[in-house]
Amino acid sequence: MASQYMLPHVQQPPSFHSTASQPRQHQWSPYTENGGVILGIAGKDYVIIAGDTRSSEGYSINTRTARKIFDVGSGIVLGVVGMSADGEELARKVARRIDDYKRNHDKHITVNAAAVMLSRILYAKRFFPYYCQPLLGGLDEDGVGAIYTYDYVGSFEREASRAFGAAASLITPFLDNQINLKNQFVPGTNGDEPRKPGDLPMDRVEKIVKDAFTSAVERHIEVGDGLQLVRVTRPPPREAMEDEEEVDEREKTAGGGVLTEVMSELKKD
Amino acid sequence: MGGFDFSNHTRNAALMAAGMPAPKATSTGTTIVGCLFDGGVVIAADTRATSGPIVADKNCEKLHYISPQIWCAGAGTAADTEFTTAITSSNLELHSLSTGRKPRVVTCMTMLKQHLFKYQGHIGAYLVVAGCDPTGSHLYTVHAHGSTDRLPYVTMGSGSLAAMSVFETQWKKGIDRDGAVKLCSDAILAGIFNDLGSGSNCDVCVITPDKATLMRNYITPNVRVPKELNYKFAKGTTAVLQEKIIKKDELRRYITVTEVDAKGETTLTTDVMQVDA
Repeated sequence: MASQYMLPHVQQPPSFHSTASQPRQHQWSPYTENGGVILGIAGKDYVIIAGDTRSSEGYSINTRTARKIFDVGSGIVLGVVGMSADGEELARKVARRIDDYKRNHDKHITVNAAAVMLSRILYAKRFFPYYCQPLLGGLDEDGVGAIYTYDYVGSFEREASRAFGAAASLITPFLDNQINLKNQFVPGTNGDEPRKPGDLPMDRVEKIVKDAFTSAVERHIEVGDGLQLVRVTRPPPREAMEDEEEVDEREKTAGGGVLTEVMSELKKD
Repeated sequence: MGGFDFSNHTRNAALMAAGMPAPKATSTGTTIVGCLFDGGVVIAADTRATSGPIVADKNCEKLHYISPQIWCAGAGTAADTEFTTAITSSNLELHSLSTGRKPRVVTCMTMLKQHLFKYQGHIGAYLVVAGCDPTGSHLYTVHAHGSTDRLPYVTMGSGSLAAMSVFETQWKKGIDRDGAVKLCSDAILAGIFNDLGSGSNCDVCVITPDKATLMRNYITPNVRVPKELNYKFAKGTTAVLQEKIIKKDELRRYITVTEVDAKGETTLTTDVMQVDA
């Protein structure tokens, strides 16, 4: 191999004479970017949050099986991209605070209350922020799907669909067009009546989500390996459940929704 | 006169000093390898071209023709590998014509390194040169700054470490043709799957004293799965703002029409195109 380290300007030999007398600037860089992409879509009575499972640094893959979507309790899910260490820490903190709420008030937190709480958690670290973009999902008090999206210092908004992370710029226009039906008109109206968004069935949305990810994998080097897809749906009506254990399961998860997780494969190059 | 045109240099330096970012070149963040065997040499490459984190080309060609028996794998700035190999191919052909001899791999390597050294690394071409000539089979690497190495097996590009790990665990002295092809393609696959700068397919070129065989897309381990939905828009989704119908017999006003008969012979019935009046 060519010896790059022999070039004088590439690496300076350590100097033991001058450093003691001269001031030296130290630097510490606490943040890393671990790539990946997440995506959330809220429906009439469901929420879907999905993310790829690759975690990378530069041109290297750290792991192919990192989950970015977390069950934080009370039927609420949290997706995080950016720096995976901060994302995991944030998810732990949110899960703990949701559990505290349940114990203190003897009821599940609502998604909109959890959304405000997450905003406060993020703003509390205004001058040393969590380096990640969170996406909170669940069913609201009316059983309607809700996605809350944040910037890393706590500004938030409720939205119908959102992509965050490395390939967000690739997925967002696709979502605008296929979920919010942007730039589409009702055929026959000759551009007078825009198609109305909403009311998409969950199975169609899941297919759109899968296509969004397989397409992002094709064109973004940091996306791939696996797909984690989490649904939040309404629990089946009570009389349908006679089994004791199932009732317990519902109590454990349900603020308003039941979580199901589906894992599948994505390309690994 | 040939050579590069530097007339925009002062302007661009001023623009960059004023804060305008430099345009981004397509780089082939790449895995390329080569391996000598008894009676020839193999080179191989992945097929991903990137621009930052975006895949610019999913199936590009990184194996470049130099002469019938000399081929070159290129990593680094895509345009630089393309043009340095092309100009060297041209100069080597002229050299071969004037000497009346088959071109040699050392000659090719020397021309490449002298060209690259002259430009002090500003031409970002990192190459694996391989071929057969009257003096035998040869394999070299050439770095952008002009240094070269001659080795029995080589790797270059961002996936070079992944690929070299395969060579260092599997390579044996006196490897045969099929063994070398397998080893090179396995090394490329290591790059494809473990280096984010490399991906898609594996191209291989085998060179022996009598012929060179390019095996384009020798392995395709990354075929896209079919899409779940079909995204054809219903007719009328977009408004029609303006409509103008051009009849077939009016067509000659806008384009030049060439009649082709059943035998495929063209009879030019030229009506010279008129710009719309």
